[in-house]
Amino acid sequence: MTADAASAPVEKQGAAGPVTDGPAAPRGPRVRTTAAYLRYVAGKLAGAAVSLLAVLVTSFFLFRLIPGDPVRFMTGGRQVSAEQLANYREQFGLDLPWWQQFTDYCGKALTGDLGTSYQFNAPVIDKIAEALPNTLLLTGTAFVIYTLLGVFLGTRSAWRHGRLGDRLHTGLALTLYSVPSFWLGLLLIVTLAVGIGPLPGLFPTGGMESGGEEGFAYVLDVAHHLVLPVVTLVAVEYGQTLLVTRSALLDEMGSDYLTTARAKGLRDDLVRRRHAVPNALLPTVTLIFINLGRTVAGVILVETVLSWPGLGGLFYQALSVPDLPLVQGLFFVFAAAVIVMNTLADLIYPLLDPRVGR
Amino acid sequence: MTAENGTAKGQAAPTVRARSLAWRRRRDSAARFWRQYRGHRAGVFGLAALLLFAVPALAAPLLVGSDVADVTDAPGGPLEDPSARFPFGTDRFGRNLLGLVIWGARVSLLVGLLAAVLSVAIGTLIGVTAGHFKGWYATVVMRITDWFLVMPTLVLAIALATVMPRSLLTIVVAIGVTTWPTTARLVRAQTLAVETRPYIERARALGGGHRHIMARHVLPNVMPLVLAQTTLIISSAILAEATLAFLGLGDPTVVSWGALLQDAREAGAVSSGHWWYLVPPGVAIAVVALAFTLCGRAVEQVLNPRLGVSR
Repeated sequence: MTADAASAPVEKQGAAGPVTDGPAAPRGPRVRTTAAYLRYVAGKLAGAAVSLLAVLVTSFFLFRLIPGDPVRFMTGGRQVSAEQLANYREQFGLDLPWWQQFTDYCGKALTGDLGTSYQFNAPVIDKIAEALPNTLLLTGTAFVIYTLLGVFLGTRSAWRHGRLGDRLHTGLALTLYSVPSFWLGLLLIVTLAVGIGPLPGLFPTGGMESGGEEGFAYVLDVAHHLVLPVVTLVAVEYGQTLLVTRSALLDEMGSDYLTTARAKGLRDDLVRRRHAVPNALLPTVTLIFINLGRTVAGVILVETVLSWPGLGGLFYQALSVPDLPLVQGLFFVFAAAVIVMNTLADLIYPLLDPRVGR
Repeated sequence: MTAENGTAKGQAAPTVRARSLAWRRRRDSAARFWRQYRGHRAGVFGLAALLLFAVPALAAPLLVGSDVADVTDAPGGPLEDPSARFPFGTDRFGRNLLGLVIWGARVSLLVGLLAAVLSVAIGTLIGVTAGHFKGWYATVVMRITDWFLVMPTLVLAIALATVMPRSLLTIVVAIGVTTWPTTARLVRAQTLAVETRPYIERARALGGGHRHIMARHVLPNVMPLVLAQTTLIISSAILAEATLAFLGLGDPTVVSWGALLQDAREAGAVSSGHWWYLVPPGVAIAVVALAFTLCGRAVEQVLNPRLGVSR
């Protein structure tokens, strides 16, 4: 394993992020005005709104590509009379011309109505609202852990690049990056939940609570159920953060301002923490948020495999029918979540780096 | 770009025809590429791993026979433990799991390769044209690219695979049309750099049209980048194929590694502790994906050493 992580696939997206124009950030007084920042914010928000609208349009037309009749899907091959079919069409508004369906869809979506699930016969938005907190708990925990772990290990790897530790960490990160998340989840269930050989089942799987617990015991119980999904998600995602941080820091390594800092007589880890890492973190932040799309994919699979009752598990249930309004609604939610997170990153960025957004 | 600074000098005998000169130059640069590639241990390791999987996959009809996936005439009982006769045990229909893994490699590799080629082809077309034609066309196209870039790729691929008929072609298209934006961005950046070179201006002054400049001058110069990118994308395409098949969106009649894992899960191999049913297909996916990543990184290091910060 050579230590050459400068260009893993994930880091390619660097071109999309704001470009830092030179390593030595001038730490002078901030000349940026509030008005300029507000203008920047307005631009970013407008861009996000356009993206969200585009997602809405896509989600409408994508699910009308279906060859054949959505009503046939709904009835799942059962024998139904022509009258019932017409009824269904009317109920789901499928008898209207497409442009009217589209304006209806957009209008309803703006008021939070994403249609009715065929499968559960309940409003899509209710099913989503039910599952959302569980997914946020899982994703939030995993996101915090893998970001901290990735940044920490990536910094250490870059600072001692080429050494054994760096090679091991880069190799492990690349390997885990290549492992399908659902397979890792299945293996973890076999080894840690079912138990293998002398090893007893250590962690529960299936759902997020055993039921019947109250108060603090309930919190502990949920945390116990949370372990396997979080471990799986962290294992498949931290490698990306590690490689991104490592290459960002390697870009800074040769900079003159680090030599200056050392010449001043600063200790090595002070040079790293106070001078190198803050600059390297700037491109890393953007990439971490751009890569959230991959995390969404990971969440879908991990929740499916480990039966976590979140949006991902719901997506799988909807796919296997297929329950189109629910698939459509979840598609919109996943895409919107990534767009919103990216916009947040864009808004935070100028606060971290005074050179952006002036 | 390696093709221009080949070893062929202008003083070659006039009897040597231009075509053979060009071929010698290409041979030389290929040899130079291979010499440098050999220096990357991880890349060589990846290439060896790929051969280890590609050769049995190509020879699968000879090794295991095409009836290995036949459900009705399975040689063993369902879910047998590994034995001398069935080194990986049998699956839920009593089929030889080793044979299935070898047979599944054909589909996984084929879909990975085709999807990556499609993805890179779209990305290159968009990247080169967006870099060449500036103005409103580039603005619009790059807006679309940026939008695709933030979309969760797999969710989009899943949505596409859901609404299209179940087949291998669907999987290829679903992966191909959702993974091109990174390539488009990279190729556009490289195109912009190439377009500032004097020989482009010369070609334009001599009356070269848009198509001529893009095809004969820009494209050869972005090809190294495209090659490296293809290798890297194959690895994510193979992972995506496995994921889609695992979610039951693949062709149900086709054996692939992802479909084997879906079978294993449906057969309850997880809760009954039949770990040998799960391990081989997953290891195969991980090793091949890692091998393509390692090769891609090595190719990139050789062709584009500027990115090799750590060396």
